[in-house]
Amino acid sequence: MKKILSRFLLVSSLIAMSLPVSAATEIQWWHAFTGRLGDLLAEQVEKFNASQSDYVVVGSNKGNYSETLNAGIAAFRAGEQPHILMVFEVGTATMMGAKGAIKPVYEVMAEGGAAFDPDGYLPPVKGYYTTPAGEMLSLPYNSSTPVLYVNRDILKGAGLDPDMDLSTWGMVDEAMDKLKAAGQECVLTTAWQSWVHLENLSAYHDVSFATKDNGFTALDTELAFNGPLQVAHIGAMGKWAKEGKFFYAGRRNEGGANFRAGECAFFTESSAGYAGVKSEADFEFEIRPLPFWPDAEGAPQNTIIGGSSLWVMAGHEADEYKGVSQFLSFLSSSDIQAKWHQDTGYLPITIAAYDQTKAEGFYGENPGTDIAILQMTGKPTTANSKGLRLGSFDQIRGIIDEELEAVWSGDKTAQAALDNAVQRGNQLLRRFEQANR
Amino acid sequence: MEKRVTFKGWWLPLLLILPQLLITAVFFFWPAGQAIYQSAFIPDPFGLKTQFVGWGNFEFLLEDPYYLASFKTTAIFSLLVTIVSMTAALWLALMADRIIKGSGTYRTLLIWPYAVAPAVAGVLWMFMFRPNVGLVSWYLDRVGYDWNHVLNDGQAMALVVFASSWGRVSYNFLFFLAGLQAVPKSVIEAAAIDGAHFWHRFRTIVFPLLSPTTFFLLVVNIVYAFFETFGVIHTITAGGPQQATTIMVYKVYADGFVGQDLGSSAAQSVILLLIVGILTIIQFKFTERRVHY
Repeated sequence: MKKILSRFLLVSSLIAMSLPVSAATEIQWWHAFTGRLGDLLAEQVEKFNASQSDYVVVGSNKGNYSETLNAGIAAFRAGEQPHILMVFEVGTATMMGAKGAIKPVYEVMAEGGAAFDPDGYLPPVKGYYTTPAGEMLSLPYNSSTPVLYVNRDILKGAGLDPDMDLSTWGMVDEAMDKLKAAGQECVLTTAWQSWVHLENLSAYHDVSFATKDNGFTALDTELAFNGPLQVAHIGAMGKWAKEGKFFYAGRRNEGGANFRAGECAFFTESSAGYAGVKSEADFEFEIRPLPFWPDAEGAPQNTIIGGSSLWVMAGHEADEYKGVSQFLSFLSSSDIQAKWHQDTGYLPITIAAYDQTKAEGFYGENPGTDIAILQMTGKPTTANSKGLRLGSFDQIRGIIDEELEAVWSGDKTAQAALDNAVQRGNQLLRRFEQANR
Repeated sequence: MEKRVTFKGWWLPLLLILPQLLITAVFFFWPAGQAIYQSAFIPDPFGLKTQFVGWGNFEFLLEDPYYLASFKTTAIFSLLVTIVSMTAALWLALMADRIIKGSGTYRTLLIWPYAVAPAVAGVLWMFMFRPNVGLVSWYLDRVGYDWNHVLNDGQAMALVVFASSWGRVSYNFLFFLAGLQAVPKSVIEAAAIDGAHFWHRFRTIVFPLLSPTTFFLLVVNIVYAFFETFGVIHTITAGGPQQATTIMVYKVYADGFVGQDLGSSAAQSVILLLIVGILTIIQFKFTERRVHY
C-alpha cells in the first residue's frame, strides 16, 4: 500500500514538473504531405520547436490536397479550425472568397512582428498568392513548375544526339518521329495535363487562360483557353496521340511510372518530380525547359507554379497568431528554404534561398535543377503569366481532363473539346460567383 | 393462421423500439432533413453566407445534360453489376450445392472476397489493369488486345462493373446457396424419377422456387450498385474517361467535395433519396403480390 502511494506521489510530481513545458502555446498545422515529403516537413517542425520554447507547432496530415482542404472547411464550420492550413494552388480563389474564415498573412506578420520581407520572395511564386495591390494573403510553401524530362539512353539507342536542341515543340515533334521510326513504343507522356498543357501553356505563350487577368481582378471572370494557340497545341497533341507518339497514362501523375521505368523518351512533369525520377531511374536522364511554339509572339514568357501555400485561419487568440508569424518567418528563412529546394526539387521560394543554393554549388553538381527557376523568372510576369485565380478550379480541372480525354481518344476535335470545357467551366464559375457575392 | 404475440399497453413496445428509432432519427432523418433544407440554398463552402434559391438547384441540375447523362450511366452500371454478380453467384451456388467432397472449403473460398473493402478491391483491380504496366493488361497486350481503360469508355465501364461485382458475388452466393438448400429434396427427387434432367429441373422447379431470393437480391444489388460502389469508382477511374463511369453518387461527391458546391450536392442527394424510396416501395409491393408461396 505504501509502495503504491509513493508511486502515485512520484507520478503526480512528475506530471506537475512537466506542466511548465506543456504550457507552451500550441500551433496546429494541417498539411497534405506523407512519405518523404511528410518526413521533411516534420523535420522543419522539429527544428522550429527546438529553436524556441514559447510555441509548439503540431503538424497533422489530413490526406491529400483536396481532403486537407475539406478537413479545414469542415473544421471551420465546427469551430475547430487549425491555425495553419495547407491549401493547394487551385484552392486559392476558394480561400480568398472566404473572408472571415481566414486571416491574411500580411496582417498576421504585421501584428506578430516577426521578420518578413514580401519582396524577398520569387515574384512568380509570390504573385500567385497576393492581391492586385501586392498584399500577401497566404505564404507560399511548396511550389513547382513543369519541365521536360528526357531519357537520354533512349535517344542514344535510337541513334539521336542526346544533346540535341529540344526547346520548341517542332523540334520535339521531329525527334518523336525519328524515335517512332526507330521502333520506340512510348515517346511522350505527361502528368497533370491541364496544368502543363493548358494552364502553363497559356502563361508560357502570354495568352490568357481566363478573362479579368485570369480571374485576379474580378469574380465575373470567364474561361478563355479555347483561343487559337491552345487549340493548335491540343490539336497537335491529339494528332500525336493518334500517331502513337503521345501516350496518355491518366489524369494525375500516372505517366511518371512509365517514365521512371524507362519506357518513355519524353515526360512533361513538375520540377518536383525530380527526386522521384532520380531515385528510381536506372538510365541517364536530363531536365530541359518546357518546349514552346516559336511562332507565338512573346514566347517563351514564364511558366506558372503549382503546389501549395499556407493559409492562416481566423478565430484564434492574438498570442497564437504571434506564434504563427514566428513560424512562418522561420519557414521562409533561407536555410530552411534552400534545404527544402535541394531535397525535393520544389522551387526555393525566396531569392535568398536561391542565391544560397547557387553559392553552395548545388546546381553545378545537379545539372538541370535550376532550369525550373530560370524558366519562371526569365521575364517579368504579365497579366497572363501571374497565375490563375478561379473558383471551383479543382472541379474545372476535372472538366478539362474529361474534354482532353475526348481529344486523345479521337472522339472530339481540339476546338470542340476546348469550347465545351470553357462553356461547362463557365457554368461553375457563375455558381461560384453567386455563392461568393 | 398467423401467430401473433401482443403486448398489453404501449410503454413496453415503445421502450423496446426506442433505441432503433433514436438511431434512425440521428443517422437518417436528421441528415436527410438537412439535405432537403440545404438543397434550397447556395451556400459558400465555409458557411459564412448563404442564399435562398428555392428550386434553383434542382432546375440547374435538370437542365445540365451531364447530370442527365449520369442517370443513364447509373442505370447501365447498376443493371450490369446486378446481372453479372447475380448470374455468377447463382452458377457458383448451383455448383457448390452439387459437390459433396470439400464443399466447406469451396464455400469459404467463395465467401472470402466479401471481406475485401470496395476501395481496396478497386486498388487491386486498378493495379492489375493499369495500361502498359498492369499484369493483366500486359498479358492482353501480348495476345494483341490493346487495353487502355484510361481512354476507352467501354473498357472503363467493364472494369468497374467487374470490380464492383467481384466482391458482391460472395454475398449473392450465400443467399442463393441458402435458397437452394431450402428447396425441398422430395420435389427434386420426384422430378428426377420422372426423367427430368438437371437443367430441366433447374428451369422448371428450382429457379421458380428461388424467386423470392432472386427478387430480394435484385433490389439489394441495385441499391448496392447505386451507393456502395463509390470506393471502386474513385480508385479505378475517378468517373472517367470523360464521364463514362460517373454514376450519380460519384457526382454528389465531385460537386460537393471537389467543387465545394454544397447546394447542388444536397439537391442531388435528395433526388437519390427519392429514387431509393421508389425502389423500396416497388420491392415491398412486388414481394407481397407476386413472389409469394
